[in-house]
Amino acid sequence: MHVTSPAFKANASRAMRDAGLQKALGKAKGAFLERRAAAVAALPEFERLRDIGRDIKNHTLAHLDFYLETYAANVERAGGKVHWCSTAEDARAAVLEICRKAGARTVTKGKSMISEELGINEHLEANGIQPIETDLGEYILQLRKEAPSHIIAPAFHLNREDWEADFRRMHTDLPADRVFHERRDILAEARTRLRERFLAADVGITGANFLIAETGSSVIVTNEGNGDLTQTLPRVHIVLASIEKVVPTLEDCTSLLRLLARSATGQDFSVYTTFSTGARRAGDLDGPEEYHVVLVDNGRSNMIGTEFQEMLRCIRCAACMNHCPVYGVVGGHAYGWVYPGPMGSVLTPSLVGIDKTALLPNASTFCGKCESVCPVKIPLPGMMRHWREREFERHLTPSAQRRNLGLWAFMARRPGLYRMATRAAIGALGLIGRGKGALRSLPLAGGWTEGRDLPLPEPGGTFMAQYAKARREKRA
Amino acid sequence: MSKDAILGSIRRGLRRGPLPADQRAMLESRLATHPRHLIPARSRLPRPQQVALFVRNVEKEFGTVERVPDLAALPAAVADYLAAQNLPPRFVLAPHPDLAGVPWSDRPMLEFETRRAEGTDQVSVQHGYAGIAETGTLMLPSDPARPTTLNLLPETEIVVLRASRVVGAYEEAWDRLRAEHRDALSGGFMPRNIMFVTGPSRSADIEQTLELGAHGPRRLHVILVDDDPAALPMADAEVPPRPAEPGGPTAPGD
Repeated sequence: MHVTSPAFKANASRAMRDAGLQKALGKAKGAFLERRAAAVAALPEFERLRDIGRDIKNHTLAHLDFYLETYAANVERAGGKVHWCSTAEDARAAVLEICRKAGARTVTKGKSMISEELGINEHLEANGIQPIETDLGEYILQLRKEAPSHIIAPAFHLNREDWEADFRRMHTDLPADRVFHERRDILAEARTRLRERFLAADVGITGANFLIAETGSSVIVTNEGNGDLTQTLPRVHIVLASIEKVVPTLEDCTSLLRLLARSATGQDFSVYTTFSTGARRAGDLDGPEEYHVVLVDNGRSNMIGTEFQEMLRCIRCAACMNHCPVYGVVGGHAYGWVYPGPMGSVLTPSLVGIDKTALLPNASTFCGKCESVCPVKIPLPGMMRHWREREFERHLTPSAQRRNLGLWAFMARRPGLYRMATRAAIGALGLIGRGKGALRSLPLAGGWTEGRDLPLPEPGGTFMAQYAKARREKRA
Repeated sequence: MSKDAILGSIRRGLRRGPLPADQRAMLESRLATHPRHLIPARSRLPRPQQVALFVRNVEKEFGTVERVPDLAALPAAVADYLAAQNLPPRFVLAPHPDLAGVPWSDRPMLEFETRRAEGTDQVSVQHGYAGIAETGTLMLPSDPARPTTLNLLPETEIVVLRASRVVGAYEEAWDRLRAEHRDALSGGFMPRNIMFVTGPSRSADIEQTLELGAHGPRRLHVILVDDDPAALPMADAEVPPRPAEPGGPTAPGD
């Protein structure tokens, strides 16, 4: 997928002027927060489970080589095949080769972020194989030729009107004047349309939420059932999974599953949680005849042993972006690559390079909400700070910003001068903003005030001035 | 070779070579003993309450449950359910011995075929392996007697589950599978596929609002066969109330 992260600022400004997007963001966000809060409140052990989840993932990452080898051996024991792929090119080639050997014309797909990362659809299309997204949100995005804007709710940025218009535009064999009375009518049309696709596909591709070393199983979690139809009906099932998805045992996976749905959609458990282990067994009446796992590194092993290793604990629940004030205003597309929000601001620089993504770790208010809701306690703000340090060390920070930081450092080392300057600034702001509660615009800071108001300084002067005054009064 | 490159890169990051034998043995023993972690208290209940919790959780997730005294009551329960839903009395039946022994001819109107499901089937009657009270979840491992397509293709799925197969937590269901199931191919205990199903299929992709009946079944009906005297509802034993759930899940169609 093409990286547009260098244009984050322009992307964000455009997003904030996009009335449709703002409407969709406003509607959708509250639902996620309320449902998660309710699910967490109903499970008193949730906080302890977060510690357990973190520890399971840390244990796995510290022995990742062992668990990957064990996992792969158990996949092969159950009749599956593992394709180890260092790079995105390796993975695309492996998928294409399996599809070609199967003589595939159409391929159904369950929702998979790694598939977006690898650009599987474009590669299959370029080679004459038609991929069909079957997750409802991914399906409409494929019709619109758009990328997902959220990792569990890909069509987060769309409104009902968009769905109706796109379905009319694309499903031209149906009467143009048909009425969508309710959301369920849209759903019903997609169900009918995709049912034919499920039954006709030669290969099904799914992602994986977890891989189990103990049994060689891959796990998918969905509510629609599209992932299960994708992996059950075609003759060949391909699992796309990155190396950090592996966990040791079913019990480890079970503990993480207790965290996943609650953190993601606020459900106690998703509707379908499915464990796949190899291909159809003797006597089975259904299921694929071939089972392949395309096991992808694509930059992740380089994160091990660095200050970003903990990012590999991520179970892709999206709680961080659901709770992020920045994501809530700009949406997912502004981030410019596959993974938006706080987890993306840490992961994207690791996978595509900080030179192209330096703005992302800066797209944060450091409010800390993401870390406080993360089911595996990833210190996201701390890692964004690490990226800012690297960005500064590598002179990627814009020169104006570096000059200002230098100026600030000069002043901060001279307390007398610093206090004098802040006193002067507060006085000036008070003068400019006399009679107003906040400043809508500020000379030389138009970029900053374009999207927000600057609150005026509280009366009573700087903190140091108030502190000195209080001490004087106490002594008197 | 990608495998060596990936493992080598991981080991460089971890600043070590392949694990020494004693550490491998420790990890292998962790795999062999697969220790349990914390199990939430909500399902740690006496049998009658545990089964009642299972029922309540299936219903909370928009499934329905009917309790019947024995397998002989199945034909009437299935026929009455289909009639109440205005569905034709036709279904595809899981080829499971439990279900083959049912006196289906008691209700001669019922037509069924014993096979996997096809795209045109409207109703399936599936055999449940276990129920998990913690979240009202059905465990449906694939097997020649329990085809996966029955859980997916029909709009209405009826699952027949013995009350003796209701457990509290997922971990107890794993224990049963480990003890009872052998996979001839791998020598392990995992079948090709295990679906954990919690309520009927749904999607919230349109404006994050929940709608039932996405790609899988729109209706999920559990017929719970009370084969476990210890799990029968007790008149005087009320289920302790669960902690309040402010908001709860969005109702379908909201």
